[in-house]
Amino acid sequence: MNKLNFLSPDKNNLYAYLYSGIGLFSLSILIVFLNSFFSLDLTSFLPGTISYFLPLIIGFIGLHLIRIEYSGIKFLDIINKNINTNKFNSLLSLLIIFAVIKSLPPLLSWFIIDANFAGDSKDACSGSGACWAYIKTWFNRFMYGMYPNAEQWRINLSFIALAFLGGVGFFATEKFKKYLTLYYVVVYPIIAFLFIFFFISGGPIFFDFSYGIIAAVISIIIGFFIPSKFKMYYFLIIPITIYILLKYVFFYEELIELGKIQAFEWVETGAWGGLSLTFIVSFFCLIFCFPIGLFLSLGRRSDLPIIKYISIGFIEFWRGVPLITVLFMSSVMFPMFLPEDMFIDKLVRVIIAISLFEAAYVAEVIRGGLQALPRGQYDAAKSLGMGYWKMHIFVILPQALKLVIPGIANTFLALVKDTPLIFVVGLLEIVGMLNLAKTNPEWLGFAMEGYVFASIVFFIICYAMSKYSYNLEQKYKTER
Amino acid sequence: MNFKKILPQLLTLVVVILVLGFFSYNAQVNMENRGITFGYGFLTQESSFDVQFSLIEYDGSHSYFRAYLVGLLNTILVSVIGIVFATIIGVVVGIARLSSNYLIERTAAIYVEFFRNIPLLLQIFFWYFAALRALPLPEKAEPMFGVFFLTIKGFFVPAFVWNNLDIFIYSVIAAIISIVFVKLYAKKKQENQGIQTPVLSISIGLLIILPLLSFFLGGVDASVEIPVIEQLSKTSFTFKGGLKLPPELISLALALSLYTATFIAECVRAGVQGVSKGQKEAAASIGLTPNQVLKLVVMPQALRIIIPPTTNQYLNLTKNSSLAAAIAYPDLVLVFAGTALMQTGRAIEIVSITMLTYLTLSITISIFMNWYNKKIAIKEK
Repeated sequence: MNKLNFLSPDKNNLYAYLYSGIGLFSLSILIVFLNSFFSLDLTSFLPGTISYFLPLIIGFIGLHLIRIEYSGIKFLDIINKNINTNKFNSLLSLLIIFAVIKSLPPLLSWFIIDANFAGDSKDACSGSGACWAYIKTWFNRFMYGMYPNAEQWRINLSFIALAFLGGVGFFATEKFKKYLTLYYVVVYPIIAFLFIFFFISGGPIFFDFSYGIIAAVISIIIGFFIPSKFKMYYFLIIPITIYILLKYVFFYEELIELGKIQAFEWVETGAWGGLSLTFIVSFFCLIFCFPIGLFLSLGRRSDLPIIKYISIGFIEFWRGVPLITVLFMSSVMFPMFLPEDMFIDKLVRVIIAISLFEAAYVAEVIRGGLQALPRGQYDAAKSLGMGYWKMHIFVILPQALKLVIPGIANTFLALVKDTPLIFVVGLLEIVGMLNLAKTNPEWLGFAMEGYVFASIVFFIICYAMSKYSYNLEQKYKTER
Repeated sequence: MNFKKILPQLLTLVVVILVLGFFSYNAQVNMENRGITFGYGFLTQESSFDVQFSLIEYDGSHSYFRAYLVGLLNTILVSVIGIVFATIIGVVVGIARLSSNYLIERTAAIYVEFFRNIPLLLQIFFWYFAALRALPLPEKAEPMFGVFFLTIKGFFVPAFVWNNLDIFIYSVIAAIISIVFVKLYAKKKQENQGIQTPVLSISIGLLIILPLLSFFLGGVDASVEIPVIEQLSKTSFTFKGGLKLPPELISLALALSLYTATFIAECVRAGVQGVSKGQKEAAASIGLTPNQVLKLVVMPQALRIIIPPTTNQYLNLTKNSSLAAAIAYPDLVLVFAGTALMQTGRAIEIVSITMLTYLTLSITISIFMNWYNKKIAIKEK
């Protein structure tokens, strides 16, 4: 039998150290646990300060005793390796364990035990915990803003339809896969816009933009049959021609009048709000900022000096100013720049402002990917006789975009997190609605519940996005 | 030069000029219709509005330019506070993310994931409207360490009352300049003779001794003024004396530093992980001590990776401080682009000045960063 030396535990007498160590460690946790959950103070017979630090000291000695290297017990080795490598680490581990045990009861009681779930007025909330009845009562407003209750099915239906149409890509067979990019870049945004305009907003069936959209769709379809040599000039000329033809030749005034029938009640954008507005703004900004950013990054890398410097100036301008001043500009300064009779809806103005702002960030991210590609890729593509666009579309961009998936995902996340700023122009998405609800005289004093609720909602959205981007990154990762 | 290269440039130029021309023409017409003349003359006019919190003397009788300065200084104040705390928290959390201790690593990871996935504006609102509103009223506030009072009306801390403050500041500046010289001298000595000078201890010594000397020789004198509770009316109390940090400033600085710290933590983690293991092993194999390995081999390489994205985060923090407008902290956006704009109605001038200020700030920093990156870049043959 070796002598027990408690200052430096070793493998001999393993179990003596182990049992005493685990005993002390469990005792320390038990003291803290009883103290925080049942407010029982086991150590009250000791003077204040010692009683306060006793669990820490006991636990520290316990962890010290079980810190035995290569003990041969798998579980013990895992514990030692992960939370108990040295004195400092064991102290930190203990502090974290105690902090978790200490903070659980107040959190639990606030969130669940003392919280009120039922009821539909302030009087229902008498407990010391959270008042979830507040969230329940206002839930509709937090989701849809001031949108009329009877019409909310229109938002639901559009979102479900758009989610379904967006998910089409997952079910596409091999045969249709090559059209997916076209679908997502051109067709899907147009469908989404039509849904939002006709359905959520309740606009007339024919409006000025329809001609533009029809013209664009027709010209893209014809574009597939045009030899690539003329494509650039074709896309400059044909859409404008078709637009003019549609607007002034084929459709007469009577037809336009006919098209102005409104199927649904008009809901102005000022009444939109809540989480659905967050989704609408983020969705359109995501769609617009990516292509703009792509062209800006190509422009910045171009050898044509005028295009290059215009792109640099544009990017640096938007990256240099805070979004809130951009929104200020779009709300107070931009109307000064338009003709007196021209009015752009503030939601549209906000979407344009945020898209341009985020496009500058996307451009810088993509530029990083373009710069990371070795020169050989460009040279190889050129030696095959590819032109500028062909080279970028088939060789450069697929590789560069793959490299910058994390960066783009971060920019998109930043975009979603920036949407609450639209309160500057008076649009109230979920955070704005919270602030409105908070000042309602019948529901004063529930700010905390509201912010916790919105935090959870945003956390779920953003966390899901970041996990998805991580999956994408793994999926498209290629060894270089 | 061929046609194919000139045409797209010409087209772009024409489009840009047309758009700009269209905008400026409309702006001219609109301003004429409203009877406004374009100009920056209003900056010298009397502003006649008050600002709640200001670092320099200001009231309604001062000019709009003075109001602009007040806003700018407040922005800089909250940015500096935020940057200091974000750096401290970020470095600690970033190192914790690298810890071998599972609990510490997880705690840091949860902190990072949680705080960076929630919009900053929401966090500011949370601290301002929910967390700080739960603080006690001044008359019920318990003092922390006897002199700090954390109340719903703000954080009251003791203030220093200085005599001859300028001499003290000169002494600090002198200390910093002499540290620079010591550093240069040490570097020269190291290069010529291979002898290392303990620069750090000398610098700390200088920083303590010179200001201390100013107390004894320069006639500098500092006393501490402790906030004392004072009754304004029957139910209203406040603190007199000391320094008051308004709740807007606290919640803004808190939210900014907690939010930005998550990004800095990730930068630090990436930086330290970016130094390859071989470097440490090589350094150890030529006989450097662990401290020397960290100081001479790991840190210089890690910093090269850490500093550029971190500066970017500082810049983001400064720009994000404009969210102050949401909780009425009188920063540049609120004072100038908010109140002053409402009063004068000069949208174009004021928004352009505000944007130009931020633009100058970020372009200065990015020029400096480009210079720095070039300087520290590994020189490859």
